Amino acid sequence: MASSEALLPISAREEEPSCPYTKLPDGSRSDPETHPRRRRPYKGLLAVSFGLLLIAFYVALIATQDGSRSNEAANATDETEKTTSSSSRARLAGVSEKSNDGLWKLSGGQNTPAFEWNNSMLSWQRTAFHFQPEENWMNDPNGPLFYKGWYHFFYQYNPNAAVWGDIVWGHAVSRDLIHWVHLPLAMVADQWYDSNGVWTGSATILPDGSIVMLYTGSTDKAVQVQNLAYPEDLNDPLLLKWVKFPGNPVLVPPPGILPKDFRDPTTAWKTPEGKWRITIGSKINKTGISLVYDTTDFKTYEKLDSLLHGVPNTGMWECVDFYPVSKTARKGLDTSVNGPDVKHIVKASMDDTRFDHYAVGTYFESNGTWIPDDPSIDVGMSSSLRYDYGKFYASKTFYDQNKGRRILWSWIGESDSEAADVQKGWSSVQGIPRTVALDTKTGKNLVQSPVEEIKSLRLSSKKFDLELSPGSVIPVDVGTATQLDIEAEFEIKKESLDKFFGDASVVAEAEEFSCEKNGAGSTVRNALGPFGFSVLATESLSEQTPVYFYIAKGKDSKLKTFFCTDTSRSSVANDVIKPIYGSVVPVLKGEKLTMRILVDHSIVEAFGQGGRTCITSRVYPTTAIYGAAKLFVFNNALDATVTASFKVWQMNSAFIHPYSEEAVRALTRT
Amino acid sequence: MKLIVMVMTMMMISEGSMIDQTCKQTPDFKLCVSLLNSDPRGSSADTSGLALILIDKIKVLATKTLTEINGLYKKRPELKQALDQCSRRYKTILNADVPEAIEAISKGVPKFGEDGVMDAGVEASACEEGFQGKSPLTSLTKSMQNISSVTRAVVRMLL
Repeated sequence: MASSEALLPISAREEEPSCPYTKLPDGSRSDPETHPRRRRPYKGLLAVSFGLLLIAFYVALIATQDGSRSNEAANATDETEKTTSSSSRARLAGVSEKSNDGLWKLSGGQNTPAFEWNNSMLSWQRTAFHFQPEENWMNDPNGPLFYKGWYHFFYQYNPNAAVWGDIVWGHAVSRDLIHWVHLPLAMVADQWYDSNGVWTGSATILPDGSIVMLYTGSTDKAVQVQNLAYPEDLNDPLLLKWVKFPGNPVLVPPPGILPKDFRDPTTAWKTPEGKWRITIGSKINKTGISLVYDTTDFKTYEKLDSLLHGVPNTGMWECVDFYPVSKTARKGLDTSVNGPDVKHIVKASMDDTRFDHYAVGTYFESNGTWIPDDPSIDVGMSSSLRYDYGKFYASKTFYDQNKGRRILWSWIGESDSEAADVQKGWSSVQGIPRTVALDTKTGKNLVQSPVEEIKSLRLSSKKFDLELSPGSVIPVDVGTATQLDIEAEFEIKKESLDKFFGDASVVAEAEEFSCEKNGAGSTVRNALGPFGFSVLATESLSEQTPVYFYIAKGKDSKLKTFFCTDTSRSSVANDVIKPIYGSVVPVLKGEKLTMRILVDHSIVEAFGQGGRTCITSRVYPTTAIYGAAKLFVFNNALDATVTASFKVWQMNSAFIHPYSEEAVRALTRT
Repeated sequence: MKLIVMVMTMMMISEGSMIDQTCKQTPDFKLCVSLLNSDPRGSSADTSGLALILIDKIKVLATKTLTEINGLYKKRPELKQALDQCSRRYKTILNADVPEAIEAISKGVPKFGEDGVMDAGVEASACEEGFQGKSPLTSLTKSMQNISSVTRAVVRMLL
């Protein structure tokens, strides 16, 4: 869905959170009755007092009733018409941007030919090496874990349609996080406490090697509760069958929390007292919060009075994640680790904006609270850090005890129409699992990188060392360009930089610049770029997806570097969303500019500066597909010359298999 | 007696105010109010309920548009290709968008409801564009776009 949307004001809640649950002595669970939201029984009295107030305003209301709000309506493609600059433009400039008035003016217009998806275009979109089920809808990653030699992945799945609904847990296993075998569904909606949905959850591996899974169930009355499940047979490395704890639910919405604001329990970590602690996202009015519970057996819980954290005006926190990172080494840490060389990350998925935000901070284990290092970029604030500046949501990490790393999974939804999803029979993929760690050089952000194992898909490669003169667009001959791994290093020639710094006429724009605000995206020509690659491009560049660095001068004359992906010309289709994504990327003194790009049909994952800024995009070209998809490298700079040194690998398919004994045996051999 | 009349008037005013307050925060107040008032459930519904009423309106409009599309095959056979596309898109609204939105709002995960509702507008617009300026469905398209915008605004209040 659209990335930058103005939030519509939310009406004040009329209903007060009622307390439908009687509190048992230990304050955990009780008879889960529900109160559907309804007006208070004494509405007459309230109506009178409300009416008294209203009488005063009633006349004013009638007099000034003006139904139409100004068009703040979320408009991700709100581009004002940019006049093409008179100076010579790189071929990359392509078609001039059309103005987009209002929400429904789809890109294109009366002059573009009527467009229709055909099966050839749609079937091309399926990825070769990203995780996706054979058909239908998928969303959040669930309970990832490593056990007895296998990586397990579970996921929100709709067995009946290519849109969200009827959610159950899908399951797959892999030896290497890349080659997967689909397994039968792990859990279905067969109990009253999850009959309306077997929703997101997390696994905790206990010291004795056993596994507990906590997940959210939507009950038969649509109340969100937390349930416990565990493998039926711990001797089965494939963990095919799961048992739900007969005493479920183990947690129900506590007093003060609405029955539909209580979901996505985390992996547990140890407290100083030796108990287990989990956190669950929620909200109170518009303040996003994370509730904390302690348990010894995962069956009964004590709720802490304090929150792990909360941030006003961030809305509901979904898929909260909480984990330690090493300050000194780029390695993973078990969720229970703590100490002086450790920081803690709090991450949440913001329901209001569909962005995943995180912050680096300090965890106080004595009272289960956490504070960010920099409150001005606290979790969920528009300025706070994101794992990924593109299409990326509901992410979840787990500690991979097999290789001592922390791995990040994320749901990558579609940006096309649901009609296309229905026609092609599927919707959504997962991002390539990434290692995540604290950037030990800056100490302020995480860095992510596709897991090393993806290199096993690399086939032939070609190396290039090019000097890109200003305004150049150079085709890169690599054969088919739909499954690629690109590693590149860019450097602006010293003479060009010297000239730039010496030129007082260059306007400082870094403070105002953002990848998405700059509506012309990659088509502008600036003193120092932008420069980068254009992937999934036709030879004539009628369709293309540029991934690039944009270097802007700040008021202090320092350079600020942005890393962007421009999908606005990725397709001529008029029913897909085509944002320009990206963010500033920290570049330290002496560092060359580096980027890595994974191209896999309708998904492009881009990593700037070693994974300091990451952008995942979904693109749906209509002609830049199959053999017609090409790769270009470009430099839009007006004056500066850029050297590009890069390697491009063809990527093999991961051959993700449906379940069969043979498929499992084949993976076991690797 | 006067007190009773006053109380009843105030109750009526405050009955309407939920719809008023909600509709004020949508792009088309008049449309929103007329849609919600035309449904008997409107006067006592909470925000979720209002959203569900509007989704029902989307369903009704999509059904009506499909009927119109079916009728056009005979009257305007030269438009067959565009009509086929439209038929597919409006069927998506009925079979995918609407059920998805209803389930999502009923279960308290409104963001999927927002997706479904927004998509209804996308499908209508894409269908319209297929006629390249010579659409026989323009007024129905505009209705769907407007209802979709209004409904989306109400669904977002649930986030």
